[in-house]
Amino acid sequence: MWGMNPLVRHHVTVGGSGTGSPLLLAHGFGCDQHMWRAMAPYLEDDHRLVMFDHVGAGASDTSAYDPARYASLQGYADDAIEICDALDLRDVVFVGHSVSAMIGALAAGKRPDLFAKLVMVSPSARYIDDGAYVGGFSPADVDELLDSMDRNYLGWSRTMAPVIMANADRPELAGELHESFCRSDPTIAKAFANVTFRSDNRRDLDAVQAPTLVLQSREDLIAPQSAGEFVRDHLREAEYVVLDTTGHCPHLSAPAETAAAIRSFLGSA
Amino acid sequence: MTMAGRDDFELAPCGYLELGPDGRILAVNPKFLALVGLPHDDIVGTMSLVDFLGVGDRMYHETHYRPMLQMQGEAHEIAFDLKRSDGATVPVLLSSNVTPGVDGSPVIRTIVFEARERRTYEEELLTARRAAEEAETRALTLGRTLQETFVPPAPPNVVGIDIAGVYRPAGDGSEVGGDFYDVFQIREGDWLVALGDVAGKGVDAAAVTTFVQHAIRAVAIPSGSTAEMLTGLNAALLGASYDRFCTVVLMRLQQHDGRWTASVSCGGHDLPLLRDSSGTVRELGEWGSLLGVADAPQLSEEQVELHEGDTVLLFTDGVTEARHGLDMYGQERLRALLATAGSTSQELVTELLDDVMAFQGADARDDIALVAITVSPQG
Repeated sequence: MWGMNPLVRHHVTVGGSGTGSPLLLAHGFGCDQHMWRAMAPYLEDDHRLVMFDHVGAGASDTSAYDPARYASLQGYADDAIEICDALDLRDVVFVGHSVSAMIGALAAGKRPDLFAKLVMVSPSARYIDDGAYVGGFSPADVDELLDSMDRNYLGWSRTMAPVIMANADRPELAGELHESFCRSDPTIAKAFANVTFRSDNRRDLDAVQAPTLVLQSREDLIAPQSAGEFVRDHLREAEYVVLDTTGHCPHLSAPAETAAAIRSFLGSA
Repeated sequence: MTMAGRDDFELAPCGYLELGPDGRILAVNPKFLALVGLPHDDIVGTMSLVDFLGVGDRMYHETHYRPMLQMQGEAHEIAFDLKRSDGATVPVLLSSNVTPGVDGSPVIRTIVFEARERRTYEEELLTARRAAEEAETRALTLGRTLQETFVPPAPPNVVGIDIAGVYRPAGDGSEVGGDFYDVFQIREGDWLVALGDVAGKGVDAAAVTTFVQHAIRAVAIPSGSTAEMLTGLNAALLGASYDRFCTVVLMRLQQHDGRWTASVSCGGHDLPLLRDSSGTVRELGEWGSLLGVADAPQLSEEQVELHEGDTVLLFTDGVTEARHGLDMYGQERLRALLATAGSTSQELVTELLDDVMAFQGADARDDIALVAITVSPQG
């Protein structure tokens, strides 16, 4: 009903100075755009870096959270498209971590004109096992995750809001964002966990025309190699790189290697 | 060994672990071995902390705990359930930091507290909180439904006039505000635009807002001047003995021979702004009394003929009193933006709202309502 500027809604920050294709960096479930900080220095000389928070995460406008819009990943994909349009971006490289890899697939499927290439960091097209398909989790596992989140929000949720608001007012105190890192609105975070881990985006890969780089950690408890391989095998044009690191966030555990793979894929190496 | 004193490590009343950057356990103390019920040699060098976690906790570990450690070098009071070798679970709290070990490579030091009683207590709190959240959700839905009646779902289609309105509740929108607007037809070629703000928030204020909206429609029917309408509204408010005042601006739009006249009266409300086609901005109307306070309010009406391309903007104080630190948005900023902003009414109100929201860091301290009318080119 009310006008909402996507750049405000998502606390969009633009960095980097390069003339290469702009990179839209979409964080995954759990944290916010600060996840990209470790990797950004390796990319910012050649590319403009557009970072943002999904609604409910980081310093986004949580009042913009609409349960109906965000009941599927398409709502998040539409957000990404709105951000690109608001900045008048062209030839965008959508770099999505974790669930945002599939958000990128949806965005690229809807607007092939906008996204030139995709980079999927630790993707999984479906987290829950389905017949012969191994996602690695069962529906009960997702319930357990929600319980784990509940236990951990008990001590956090009430103190989180003022910290984030203080930072929105005073961007110069970027150091204080430290405190809000990985702390998002608990109700929205649980809804995001549900839509993340219960989505099935296997068929959405068919609609992706853009060449895609699939980055996979050697060991990842959230998105195992079988998940990365599935994504690779179901994309029209995919390059698959296994990074010699462990964990779900190679851009944190091995930022230089992750950036090098992206630069090589984009021809900016 | 990276420990300061061997005894501290052996005798500590909490579990203590040192982990490599990949999570593999490099050292543990006896208390940790007792917590999980495994001998030292089964754990050190072979197992990781996640091996003692259930799937949900593992997912949380990978998506929250580990990124936090990597980003900020520490994480505190994380609640997990450790799986013991006998199948039982131990509720624990973990705190970790990352520091260089003797050879310079990072070591994650983690303390583990058994938190059985605390967890029981927290689970009770959680149950209570879930119940409270459900109640809050119901109240929120009720409030939103109520709030939606304060503005028309879409402005009416008036031939010759381009009308648009926006409404943005304060904060996260969880509380019902007192701002409202309405646009309705009195008769053929005769329309009333009303916008106002009832003092206070919450259900009590909402009841008054609903009353005021209905009263405005009632006082519009005899169709005297807009000042007479506001006088009637004031009397209705006093008669209803609500202990709340409100501010209202009324603008009547009448069409005669293809030309539009605006008649404006303000009861304690910021004066509307008129922008003509040259971009000059001026106030319309004169200041009048707050409504619902005094028996004999001072109210007047200004009539002005509107020309093609003229725009009138009605707004609530959530616009002018928006704050950025000590700085207020203010009339000057509003006038300056109005002079150049959007050509259609919809573009105008959207642009103004975005600017006011950006000014206050996306955190609206008060409700914001904006209505713009623009006289369309004839044809």
